Amino acid sequence: MFSRDNWKEIFETIQKNKLRTFLTGFSVALGIFIFVTLFGMGNGLNNTFMKFFGSDATNIFRIYPSQTTLPYGGYKAKRRIEFYNEDVEEIVKEFGPLIQYISPRISRGASVSYKNKSDNYGTEGVGPSMQFAEKTIMMKGRYLNANDIRDRTKFAVIGRMVEKDIFEGTDALGEYIDISGSAFKVIGVFQDDGGDNEERTIFIPYTTRQLIEGNNNKLDQIVLGFNQAIGYNGAMKFDKKLNAFLRNKKTINPDDPRGVRIQNVAENLKENQQVASVLKIIISGIAFAVIISGVLGISNIMVFVIKERTKEIGIRKALGATPKMITGTILLESVFITTIFGFVGLILGIVVLNFINGKSLEEDYFITNPEINSGTAIFVTILLIVCGALAAFIPARKAARIKPIVALRDE
Amino acid sequence: MGSNSLHVLKGIDFSVEEGELVAIMGSSGSGKSTLLNILGMLDELDEGTYDLDGVPIKDLNETKAANYRNKFLGFVFQSFNLINYKSAMENVALPLYYQRVGRKERQEKALKYLEQVGLKEWAGHLPSELSGGQKQRVAIARALAAEPKVLLADEPTGALDSKTSYEVMDLIQKINDAGNTILIVTHEPDIADMCKRIVHLKDGVILEDKKVNQVRAAQYV
Repeated sequence: MFSRDNWKEIFETIQKNKLRTFLTGFSVALGIFIFVTLFGMGNGLNNTFMKFFGSDATNIFRIYPSQTTLPYGGYKAKRRIEFYNEDVEEIVKEFGPLIQYISPRISRGASVSYKNKSDNYGTEGVGPSMQFAEKTIMMKGRYLNANDIRDRTKFAVIGRMVEKDIFEGTDALGEYIDISGSAFKVIGVFQDDGGDNEERTIFIPYTTRQLIEGNNNKLDQIVLGFNQAIGYNGAMKFDKKLNAFLRNKKTINPDDPRGVRIQNVAENLKENQQVASVLKIIISGIAFAVIISGVLGISNIMVFVIKERTKEIGIRKALGATPKMITGTILLESVFITTIFGFVGLILGIVVLNFINGKSLEEDYFITNPEINSGTAIFVTILLIVCGALAAFIPARKAARIKPIVALRDE
Repeated sequence: MGSNSLHVLKGIDFSVEEGELVAIMGSSGSGKSTLLNILGMLDELDEGTYDLDGVPIKDLNETKAANYRNKFLGFVFQSFNLINYKSAMENVALPLYYQRVGRKERQEKALKYLEQVGLKEWAGHLPSELSGGQKQRVAIARALAAEPKVLLADEPTGALDSKTSYEVMDLIQKINDAGNTILIVTHEPDIADMCKRIVHLKDGVILEDKKVNQVRAAQYV
């Protein structure tokens, strides 16, 4: 079956039936091409989704105080709850082993200037552990440390975009910037996978922020990273216990929907993953439908091709071709065509995916890094080849079995 | 393509010796093409026996029939039945391909037989570039290429004018002179007269089986 003569025969047939070859090949290439681009886009959409929700650590509780809505323990409703530095210490004391890290957070907008340039940025008064919660990556210099918190230093860690905007390409490290009237020394520059907006942030010690605001000890928010070993269920239990602990401590009605709120990223994560997987199922379904229609297209063409060749098959049989030789040749021909064009479609699809990859696609269509893993791509190509072969085999076998006299009569 | 059966041949008993040139004649519907198709293993017989070169031809599966056709028989059809996307030489070489003859030898043999039918310089041409007579000569060369025991021709001159018909018959006579056994189905008496024996069929039975004095086609060419 794989002799040189056989291949020669096949190449001749292909060469001399260019339109037929092209039509078959085109439907194969188109099927693969659409599948690859569609699947790649789907993955891109998924990537964007995961990027939106997946850039921060996933083992996080964000604890917010707010106004109560129910009277409780002698207090009226509409009481403003506040967190203080000692709340953090007490949480650590109570739940120590469950906590991987904990950091206060005080967010303030500020006008920031360096020399003649100035702009508005968000500043975050935080502790050293915030680096883990935000998955901040240091490009140069260092992050805030315990000494900075204790000494209330006027040090700032700025985002990559801040450096780009107001330092205009010069090195920010060691320079002094003005944050709402106070001079801060830049001790580090960071980047963040969360995108440009997260890189337009300035981190300063939360104690310094408290000093500036009249030496108070109030906190906006407490960010807590739980020990991942406790798992999803452990996290949900911890969430409940922590909530009860804080309500008890701050004298808040346990049934009050407000007062204190714990945003549990673990819960969000589960929901997000569900949405992402549904997205994936839908895309896979569409892609699968494309492949099916591709296979049907090939089958259609194959049936037509073999119908067209019935007379030729009759002639070949009269000259002594066995049915096996005839099906073998037709099969090999169709596998050859589908393989070549299948890979052409595959490569075109991958080229297009790489070509359309870019910022505008990401921002306008929410597609990030459209891609297809090579396993899926090759599997689908092989599937199409097998289906193409099968589509050719069945009518070819039928044609090879009809009596030569019937085939010869075919006009 | 109906599958209802029809009795066409109703008792045919004849044998052909090696080297004979037999014309099978009869009006349309007399069963002459059916007889030829059975002899050519293109169709199957329902009853009776058929021996070819001492081999009983029966219960053939497609593969076996294909091998016998390839080894024993060469076909010439009224409508030539050349493969239209293959050159004259490739058409002639095709039965050799199915005999698993090597590529080089195939080409040499194909050229040899094309030369024999006077078409060597047309070897590279497609059938669409040849005249009817040339096509039939290519078909004859193809039938000869496999060096068959018997050459079966179904109305070989049916689609040709009389001058070209005589040229083709001249060729067939020369091939017969070289010792090949040939059976021709025809309904033209002048073509039949150029054979050595005429078998008349009517309604599926042999009406007449006689030896004749061969008229040489060369005198008309």
